[in-house]
Amino acid sequence: MVETVKQAAASAQGAPYLRIANVVKKFGDTTAVDGVDLDIRKNEIFALLGSSGCGKSTLLRMLAGMERPTSGKIILDGEDITALAPYDRPINMMFQSYALFPHMSVADNIAFGLKQDKMPKGEIDARVAEMLDLVQMRKYANRKPYQLSGGQQQRVALARSLAKRPKLLLLDEPLGALDKKLRQQTQLELVNTLEQVGVTCIMVTHDQEEAMTMATRIGIMSEGQLLQIGSPAEIYDYPNCRFTAEFIGDTNMFAGPVVVDEPDSVEIDSPELGSRIHIDHGITGPKGMQVWASIRPEDVHLDVVPQAAGPNVARGQVHDIAYLGSFSVYHVKLASGKVVKSMVAANHWHENSITPPTWGDTVYVSWRPDMPVVLTR
Amino acid sequence: MNLARLMRRLKPGKGAVIAVPFFWLLLFFLVPFFIVLKISFAEQDLAIPPFTSLLQVEDGVLQSLTLYFGNFHFIFTDGLYAATYLSSLKVAFFTTVMCLLLGYPIAYAIARADPARRNVLLMLVMLPFWTSFLLRVYAWMGLLNETGLINNFLLSIGLISEPLHLFHNDFSLYLVMVYAYLPFMILPLFSHLVKMDMRLLEAAADLGAGPIKAFLTITLPLSKNGIIAGSMMVFIPAVGEFVIPELVGGTDTLMIGKVLWNEFFDNNNWPMASAVAIIMVLMLIVPIALLHRYETRELEGKGNA
Repeated sequence: MVETVKQAAASAQGAPYLRIANVVKKFGDTTAVDGVDLDIRKNEIFALLGSSGCGKSTLLRMLAGMERPTSGKIILDGEDITALAPYDRPINMMFQSYALFPHMSVADNIAFGLKQDKMPKGEIDARVAEMLDLVQMRKYANRKPYQLSGGQQQRVALARSLAKRPKLLLLDEPLGALDKKLRQQTQLELVNTLEQVGVTCIMVTHDQEEAMTMATRIGIMSEGQLLQIGSPAEIYDYPNCRFTAEFIGDTNMFAGPVVVDEPDSVEIDSPELGSRIHIDHGITGPKGMQVWASIRPEDVHLDVVPQAAGPNVARGQVHDIAYLGSFSVYHVKLASGKVVKSMVAANHWHENSITPPTWGDTVYVSWRPDMPVVLTR
Repeated sequence: MNLARLMRRLKPGKGAVIAVPFFWLLLFFLVPFFIVLKISFAEQDLAIPPFTSLLQVEDGVLQSLTLYFGNFHFIFTDGLYAATYLSSLKVAFFTTVMCLLLGYPIAYAIARADPARRNVLLMLVMLPFWTSFLLRVYAWMGLLNETGLINNFLLSIGLISEPLHLFHNDFSLYLVMVYAYLPFMILPLFSHLVKMDMRLLEAAADLGAGPIKAFLTITLPLSKNGIIAGSMMVFIPAVGEFVIPELVGGTDTLMIGKVLWNEFFDNNNWPMASAVAIIMVLMLIVPIALLHRYETRELEGKGNA
């Protein structure tokens, strides 16, 4: 896990396009952003992911220039923009509420930024037409924002923020105002558009699915700090702390001390599990250290036939079953009272000619020794 | 869709709700208007009431209907009336412009003030209404008089050697008019400015518009309806204003309200006063109707969203 952070840092070393250097933002006594360091590559789609109040929106507003950092620097394409006013920055933002000007037509909304640059009228018209085509809104050029659906408004907002060809595009909860079905459809459409124009983009979201679908890299934020930076797969497979492991996806978390520390394996004593957790990769930590083992529900096997007692195995009763169509999540209550979640494919029982366990049945949960991720914080 | 269905379901109740203010307007606005309209077509008479009857009824049978157009003819031929109407419109217009120029920054500042302080500031705007309008105008007389507070103060500190002529002229007229009507401009402007989405200004700044440009292209157009509403609230009553020009205006100030008063009380010419009033109402009703149509169209457009 330590390696993962190093990898991310190493891959970002080739001259970052945007560098956020030790940025701190305090509002009175509260620290909204607490020493964030982040390098963004050119043409990258980076997602800042975190729950509300984690400081991600404040960080975005500092990039847009609507908040001034208490300390730290923001450098874009070699230029220190920390103290620039929002209207002097080569950065545009798509607002969560879209903030379309209600008294202007779609075309005038898109042209607004270009007019501020004193662009000749012919060029403005050409650029507006190009943007309307990009988001497939040409037919609606003369409509007012209130005459558009939510999805159409989102596309106009995107076109407006791309019209000036900004060096950096900021997306604040880009699809937060859309309903779920439309959101999923729009995610890929939005990524396609962004890749088509080739813009460096930072988006802020609290929706992990949105971040995983759209971003090339994700930064997990909590309490003003960036906890982990990595690709969606890295973050899901190798979380570096409990917060990330529990925030991204679902997981089973066991706490306990390291009792066996071999170079290529460790064993953790878990009172909650009632046995040891054996992991076949080493960690750097002394014996007796308190650690956490995280095991994803899809890595937990569920058996109805008794399993030999030993590490990575526990017996329990089916406490709850969540049927989710292509798979079901079994909540298995162990003797300690701890509930372990196990994800089972819908066809698993049928293919193996097993009668599916039901409420109250005794079952066995187990996992392969390479599945748990050991977390030290 | 849902709203439309709701409205349909509410229909019987809605009718009753609308009937109350409708009846009120009918009783206290439309009926008096027709009475005044009727009187305006009569002739002055030495009787009680002091005008002739339009209908000649004998033995319960309508004999004749006499409409006398002399009052209107006189208004249109005597240049004094035209000059007075124009002068009233001029005074109302400049009062409105000054209220707007003064009221907009005040309304803007209140709307952008800390919400905790906003109510106190609004209270200060409305506080003068707690004192009688007439008393407040008299207070201005006490301030502006040749021996009033302002002149006495300036004389006592030696800034002037003779009292300034502040009273019974255009200066005092506009001063008190603007003073009296300013809250009617501030309140509608405030209510429009306060509900404006501040993120629009952030978006404007983000797209490269500085604060002045953002004000001119976003805030000002979006407060257009507030400007119209406030201007109407000032302009319409200002045209017919009688008390202020009578008490603090110059002797040569021509205001239609003053003419009305003279015709009614000094000349006891009710039909003439009525005709003067009818023309004033018609003068004001045309722009109001146009405004109303514009606003309805605007509302209908938004309703489709």
